[in-house]
Amino acid sequence: MARAAVPGGLSRLDWRVARLVERRAETPSAGTLVLDVPGWPGHLPGQHVDVRLTAEDGYSTQRSYSIASASDGSHLELTVQRVDDGEVSPYLADVLAVGDPVELRGPVGGWFVWRHTDTAPVTLVAGGSGIVPLMAMVRTRRAAGGKALFRLLYSVRTPQDCIYADELRRRAREDFGLDVAYVYTREAPDGWPGEPRRLGVADVNTHAWPADFQPACFVCGPTGFVEAVADILIALGHEPRRVRTERFGPSGP
Amino acid sequence: MDRFEGRYEDGDFTDGNALAGPLREIFAVDLTTASGRCAHCGAEGPVAALRVYAHAPGLVARCPSCTEVIMRLVRGPSSAWLDLRGAVSLHIPLGVE
Amino acid sequence: MGIVSPGFHGRRSASTPKLPPGQYLTEDFPVLTAGPTPRVPTDTWEFVIITETGQRYTWNWAQLTALPAQTVTVDLHCVTKWSKLGTTWTGVSLDTLLENVETAADYALVSSYGGYTTNLPVEDLLDGQAWIAYRYEGEDVTPAHGGPARLLVPHLYLWKSAKWVRGIQLLHEDEPGFWESAGYHDYGDPWREQRYQGD
Repeated sequence: MARAAVPGGLSRLDWRVARLVERRAETPSAGTLVLDVPGWPGHLPGQHVDVRLTAEDGYSTQRSYSIASASDGSHLELTVQRVDDGEVSPYLADVLAVGDPVELRGPVGGWFVWRHTDTAPVTLVAGGSGIVPLMAMVRTRRAAGGKALFRLLYSVRTPQDCIYADELRRRAREDFGLDVAYVYTREAPDGWPGEPRRLGVADVNTHAWPADFQPACFVCGPTGFVEAVADILIALGHEPRRVRTERFGPSGP
Repeated sequence: MDRFEGRYEDGDFTDGNALAGPLREIFAVDLTTASGRCAHCGAEGPVAALRVYAHAPGLVARCPSCTEVIMRLVRGPSSAWLDLRGAVSLHIPLGVE
Repeated sequence: MGIVSPGFHGRRSASTPKLPPGQYLTEDFPVLTAGPTPRVPTDTWEFVIITETGQRYTWNWAQLTALPAQTVTVDLHCVTKWSKLGTTWTGVSLDTLLENVETAADYALVSSYGGYTTNLPVEDLLDGQAWIAYRYEGEDVTPAHGGPARLLVPHLYLWKSAKWVRGIQLLHEDEPGFWESAGYHDYGDPWREQRYQGD
């Protein structure tokens, strides 16, 4: 945890001013913002930041976004899924320009985090943009030379909705001990066995670590998805305390 | 008045991970890893696993087992109010000195 | 206030007629909720007024909807800073419901199906200021907006207009409700911007 002790006083979580350095499209509806945050203390994969937007007349609102990148100096990546009737995500996805300032505070959250020194096998289950904090774990594992064996099960609507598709393909090829499997809920690519379907017990049985291995399980996605997957894992014998969840709400962040 | 035991509909909640920022603004430690006990049903679990209703005048965290209110957090321009009457206790990991 | 986000306007209208201080106009009808939405069937629905002496006055759905109804067009002001103008509701005035209730109480604690509560002075329920509303824009009030019936007290911030209203307890002493016990103002007049305790 970033919890710098300030001599003679308590540190308080304050807002920082970040600047947009670069923007990358990930899917037709999701994009990655590369931000420069002077004085960024570093973070653990799975942590998030609160982003605050303020209009000229003082109107202000804030949202939480998971950090997508491994800790890397003052740079930070957020991947934002555009919610069409949303208030914050369309601004971050379409309006915020390179060089513009944006306020954020963090890193925060100590529960849904993975430490690269942990050696227990890891099951990651992502629904839609729930891949973001799990990708930070995959990236941190590679960057820090983590030894834990990872299995990632990623549920997406269609192949076009797969965030980080190219990088995941490359990582699955190059990173020893990382397996990646997909479930398509609306439309599957050619050659994918089976019909589009919701992620079920059979998928978890086939692609996640068995409960006997006592893996750490991280599940992230929309609320209904997370509830369903957590129930499956518990039913398969995983101890509740090893199943960590993060819900993005009904329709994602 | 007695609790309404009829049907409820749900969906529009997130979880206690979303409390990390608002609580770190007040406390020097991360409270989402703390485990609490529900004053209503006795269920225990981490703050991160509470159901959080954020589309409200404040943040309302409810027990995932019985849905009673565990915590309310209201942030005004110059104060915060934290109501914890729904929790019997919080066990807060502090790490080793 | 934070630094300004260039080009950020939020989900708000550009034109601003006369609104209470700090409010912004919205065209849609945001749904705020502090918990799961109760689905209360009208055949078991009941509304109760309990006086300071413990006397109970109850109405079932048929009795409530048989009472003379009023249709009013009012502005809504939410403490989260949105205002929605010109909303039309149909319901029974609290003047009608309290007409034959014997009470000398000054305060009311309103309770909802689902456990929500809010407090306000009895005088703010009287004189054509408050209704138990069951129709919105000519349709049944949806559960998301407080149906089958909600309290409507449009001259106070909207958290006082308890959704899924179930009853009113009349009290000699003011007793803070769900939000009032967690920092929000006991009265909540939008025109005096009484958002938080101490405002």
